Amino acid sequence: MRHIISLMMENEAGALSRIAGLFSARGYNIESLNVAPTEDASLSRMTIVTRGSDEVIEQITKQLNKLVDIVKVQDLSDGCHIERELMLVKVKATGEYREEMKRMADIFRGRIIDVADKTYTIELTGTGAKLDGFLEALDPAAILETVRTGASGIGRGDRVLKI
Amino acid sequence: MADTELTGAEIVVRCLAAEGVEHVFGYPGGAVLNIYDEIYKQDKFLHILVRHEQAAVHAADAYARSTGKVGVALVTSGPGATNAVTGIATAYMDSIPMVVITGQVPTPAIGMDAFQEVDTIGITRPCVKHNFLVKDVKDLAETMKKAFYIAATGRPGPVVVDIPKDVTQHLCAFHYPDSISMRSYNPTSKGHAGQIKRAVQMLLEAKRPVIYAGGGVILGDAAEQLIELARYLGFPVTNTLMGLGGYPSPDPLFLGMLGMHGTIEANMAMQHCDVLLAVGARFDDRVIGNPKHFQKEARKIIHIDVDPSSISKRVKVDVPIVGNVGQVLAELTKLAQAAGHGPDPESIKAWLAQIELWRSQDCLKYDRESAVIKPQFVIEKLYEVTGGDAYVTSDVGQHQMWAAQYYKFAKPRRWINSGGLGTMGFGLPAAMGVQMAHPGAPVACITGEGSIQMNIQELATCKQSNLPIKIILLNNGYLGMVRQWQEFFYEERYSESYVASLPDFVKLAEAYGHVGMKIEKPEDVEPALRKAFGEYKDQLVFLNFITDPRENVYPMIPAGKGLSEMILI
Repeated sequence: MRHIISLMMENEAGALSRIAGLFSARGYNIESLNVAPTEDASLSRMTIVTRGSDEVIEQITKQLNKLVDIVKVQDLSDGCHIERELMLVKVKATGEYREEMKRMADIFRGRIIDVADKTYTIELTGTGAKLDGFLEALDPAAILETVRTGASGIGRGDRVLKI
Repeated sequence: MADTELTGAEIVVRCLAAEGVEHVFGYPGGAVLNIYDEIYKQDKFLHILVRHEQAAVHAADAYARSTGKVGVALVTSGPGATNAVTGIATAYMDSIPMVVITGQVPTPAIGMDAFQEVDTIGITRPCVKHNFLVKDVKDLAETMKKAFYIAATGRPGPVVVDIPKDVTQHLCAFHYPDSISMRSYNPTSKGHAGQIKRAVQMLLEAKRPVIYAGGGVILGDAAEQLIELARYLGFPVTNTLMGLGGYPSPDPLFLGMLGMHGTIEANMAMQHCDVLLAVGARFDDRVIGNPKHFQKEARKIIHIDVDPSSISKRVKVDVPIVGNVGQVLAELTKLAQAAGHGPDPESIKAWLAQIELWRSQDCLKYDRESAVIKPQFVIEKLYEVTGGDAYVTSDVGQHQMWAAQYYKFAKPRRWINSGGLGTMGFGLPAAMGVQMAHPGAPVACITGEGSIQMNIQELATCKQSNLPIKIILLNNGYLGMVRQWQEFFYEERYSESYVASLPDFVKLAEAYGHVGMKIEKPEDVEPALRKAFGEYKDQLVFLNFITDPRENVYPMIPAGKGLSEMILI
């Protein structure tokens, strides 16, 4: 089952490699991982999307908690949460594509953030499924390049991950 | 004092003194020369010069195992650090508190492929509890404090502190913090009251109980609490390889070691119990074999461990209790006593009778009339001659299993072996660490002719530091455990398991300035041991016992099989 795990960690050199190393050493899979500092510069917030049975997820959570640099771990999938991913897609914008790409971006509530003679770059935010849907809706021949951040997640309502 | 500025090297030495470190095992080199210069000038701790960095780490590790204190090793950058890795991984697998200080090339040279540069933090990351690269001398004292704190608390483990050479030269005011708190590291010590209550109820309702106690009992200094609970309830106890000594072996409630080479009574009781109390143990592959086979029998499991990730890792448990094993055991005893009734005496009596039936198969029997020396016989004689009170280290292989089976450990911290990683070459340096910690005590290193040659150079360290270790070499001319597996599972194709061209160990011992003995007949075993521990008490004695090359370790559960699928003699 897919799980989205959110964690706070000390913003220190090597912290990321400890987490990546844990996943590879123990054979856990990472679907996506993103990390950036928080409003408190000493802390980083990471979102990991992984898959596994309940037992595996329990072990992942425990092993993450065991890492000395990690301050807090939360399995967002345990409750209501929101997740978003950002994607940038560079598409062909020549001939009939020029109009179609604009229309597709509008339908998916994307924004064209770079316009060139032959290309558009579209920015799109949403769940992974929505981003997948967008790519499927496009003519594959029109897609020049895609880049995705992986999911960021946050609990709904009063559910707060803070130290 | 805070006003005087000290160099990083002086700070390292002051930190070690402040931690009460008395012994440091190490080997000098370019990146740690400043630290060694400060060691030369101080008299707070003793430095033991080894002959290979791996040995320094094993010695520090065994020092920790036998004392409960944090062991300390010091090595240089590059090859010094990589040589230390096997020792660090050994300590990590067995959760041994240790601080390893590694030198590093100067900070401006890091990443430049400098001479003797290696990414020590990267290389050691998967086999340490934590590691630090100290880039600024201002962080040095606090980092050292954190290293000792992390190594010793919670589930213990090795911590590496990597110090670039320029940091050991830089100046800084020295202040060693009295205590440290880390928001990201707060090990649980007190068990959950509700879970403890549930556990007591389960224990009191048990009809076929077993207590399965591992290395956590030793590490947590909880032997006393374990004995109290087991004796109050009258429950049988089995120890893992790492747990031996945690419950007195001569006790009638003791089932012996369990697992791949465990006794019938321990393995069968483990398989057929209805309530299992696991204490500081982790259901690993060498202990329960195939987890599916283990789970075929229904039983309730209570699991006490300081590390939550050890719980429900291989086997799902019913009552998890995270906490300090000693504290939790004491609370269990208190609540059980307060309950006003014990477990059902009739059921327990029937269960113990069943256990006696299993025990009566005498699974550790061997040919006592043999004309060649049986390795088991040597261990039994060693037990007699040392009154069961020696510190025993071992290497890895058949001799290790025989030591675990036949030396009846009665106290914790007496049995020192590499259980998790299974590191050949551990025994001799481990014996050095133990002997440094306990100068007058008898220390025996039980080894094989394969293992002993993996760190044989340490005979020189033993000479230099006057360590009167007794090396009990069970020499069967084979890599015995490999040979045994080849006999059982590879149709006797003994691929590369015969160690031809063995040295003359007596001459070798003598060449290093020690006493050597070769023992070839069963009747000479005891006199040789008496001589070694008597007349030659103050010298290292290398006893080369020529033993039966075809002897196997029984019982044996083949890898992947279940606890009740033992191969018996």
